[in-house]
Amino acid sequence: MTPDLTATPAPARAPRRRRRLPVGAVLTYLSLLAATAVVLLPLTVVFLTSLKTSEEVGDGGALSLPGNWLNFDNYVTAFTDGNMLMAFGNTAFILFFSIGGTVVIGSMTAYAVDRFDFRAKKLVMALFLIATLVPAVTTQVATFQVISGFGLVDTRWAPILLYMGTDIVSVYIFLQFIRGIPTSLDEAARLDGANAFTIYRKIIFPLLKPAIATVVIIKGITTYNDFYIPFLYMHSEDLGTISTALFRFKGPFGAHWEAISAGAILVILPTLIIFLLLQRWIYNGFSQGATK
Amino acid sequence: MTGRSTKKGRAHGGDRPAGRRRAPAGGPPRSWRHSPLRRITPWLFLAAPLALLITFTYVPVASMISYSFTDWDGVSPDRENVGFDNYVQIFTRPELFRVFFVSGYYLAASVVQIAVALYFAVILSFDLRFRNFFKGILFFPYLINGVAIGFVFLYFFQDGGTLDSVLSWLGVSTDHPWLGDPTSANISLAGVSVWRFTGLNFVLFLGAIQSIPGELYEAAELDGAGKWKQFRHIIAPSIKPVISLSVILAISGSLSVFEIPYIMTGGATGTQTFVIQTIKLAFQFNKTGLASAAAVVLLLIILLITWIQRRLVPDDKVDLV
Repeated sequence: MTPDLTATPAPARAPRRRRRLPVGAVLTYLSLLAATAVVLLPLTVVFLTSLKTSEEVGDGGALSLPGNWLNFDNYVTAFTDGNMLMAFGNTAFILFFSIGGTVVIGSMTAYAVDRFDFRAKKLVMALFLIATLVPAVTTQVATFQVISGFGLVDTRWAPILLYMGTDIVSVYIFLQFIRGIPTSLDEAARLDGANAFTIYRKIIFPLLKPAIATVVIIKGITTYNDFYIPFLYMHSEDLGTISTALFRFKGPFGAHWEAISAGAILVILPTLIIFLLLQRWIYNGFSQGATK
Repeated sequence: MTGRSTKKGRAHGGDRPAGRRRAPAGGPPRSWRHSPLRRITPWLFLAAPLALLITFTYVPVASMISYSFTDWDGVSPDRENVGFDNYVQIFTRPELFRVFFVSGYYLAASVVQIAVALYFAVILSFDLRFRNFFKGILFFPYLINGVAIGFVFLYFFQDGGTLDSVLSWLGVSTDHPWLGDPTSANISLAGVSVWRFTGLNFVLFLGAIQSIPGELYEAAELDGAGKWKQFRHIIAPSIKPVISLSVILAISGSLSVFEIPYIMTGGATGTQTFVIQTIKLAFQFNKTGLASAAAVVLLLIILLITWIQRRLVPDDKVDLV
């Protein structure tokens, strides 16, 4: 895959300003190819390793190719001995409830703050804003006591509650979006006798679809990848999420790089598929989420 | 408080004659805006969010501060008040204080990370071939699960692993144990964090650069400004807020590194970070009091950094309310 290095600008598919490349076109492409190599090489090697037998891993170097490209034995090992199936189940369970909860809670907060006037509004917003400055990493020492007070340590509900209760980014995304929904819609519905809950459920919530999609994607990816919370709150063998189950490969599979690699690839694949399908949403969602 | 304040671009919903409302007999009061229910409604929507926010953010912060003045072990019913002793320990016991120096490696890595991200964001803001492909390649590492990244790089740095193979392929034979001594291990781990997080900075910068109107460049070109001048006088000022945000995220991120070093080395060979130490103090050595004090110190540092940033680069963003 050698890019054409003539300096004729490619016709841009996106509606962008067309500008000529600077003189150093060759250098530009070289640096891009170098970056591509740096990103892809570690991942490719692990993918190749996941297809090798343990003899091949022992004999060949890291860059050697697997003898049989369709050797999926390590994936079977990772799935059965590594409890990955259970882990995907637990992760799906946590994802379902924490994403659902985040969407409902975030949109309710945005609706209340944007559509109503009440005395403590500024205070409520300040509470949410100040909470963004408190990194969850620091407070776990004390949060653990709260969760343990509820008797939720070592249950799937601990991460669910924590993911729902500390998500200010989603509140912010909903708030940005709800401002664009004309209040005349609320007024019209109210004249037809709808109460505030009906307006939220039948008018606002359906119109928030694009914001909901953004929140679902960001929340989904961050929750799927989170290691810290399940690591602290779910110690039982049968309560592994994909992160903690994969982390447990370190012990029993010690130096079995082919099995560890298969586990890693199993975890990366869903992310890759989602990313390829939803690229544009993902870029926008993460830039919105980070620059709050 | 009745009637919303008029905001820009907002229909102003004043009181309307309620004649058209098909209210059932004994239904809501005629002027709904003035009913007591109207005042309670927002709180019905906010009850759950606020309960979660207070339970899982404010209560922990408050109790963390109170634990930090005790010698509590996290389980026993009695605890002694020890005043500022925990804080004194954190800043005077070298083995506790050492973790701050590890953050330096990650801070240095952040500088590299921001520079690399900025370079690629500028390059890819031009039209070039395979633009979207390169954009995807640069961003994707940010989306990968941290544990998977940890394993990918354990294999990368191990003896005869990816890095050694590539080097010998290039004719450099080395048997340097990359994760074997503190300096080399910390540099390697910080390198992994550059690999992982550059993509996010890159996408943020790219978004900011692309929101600059194209006419500005055209005008600059007419005035004979070269590429470098265009970068200095058009691109740089426009993305200053995003860069300042990235610097803040980098500093607080460098102090709260946990995942990669914990997964890869477990904090061995001098790679223990502040958060790994805090977690170990709390959950392995049952020193809840000391760990809380450490967490409070970290929280205060992060708040201080944020405050300094707000003072230096005033946020001209719209207020949320």
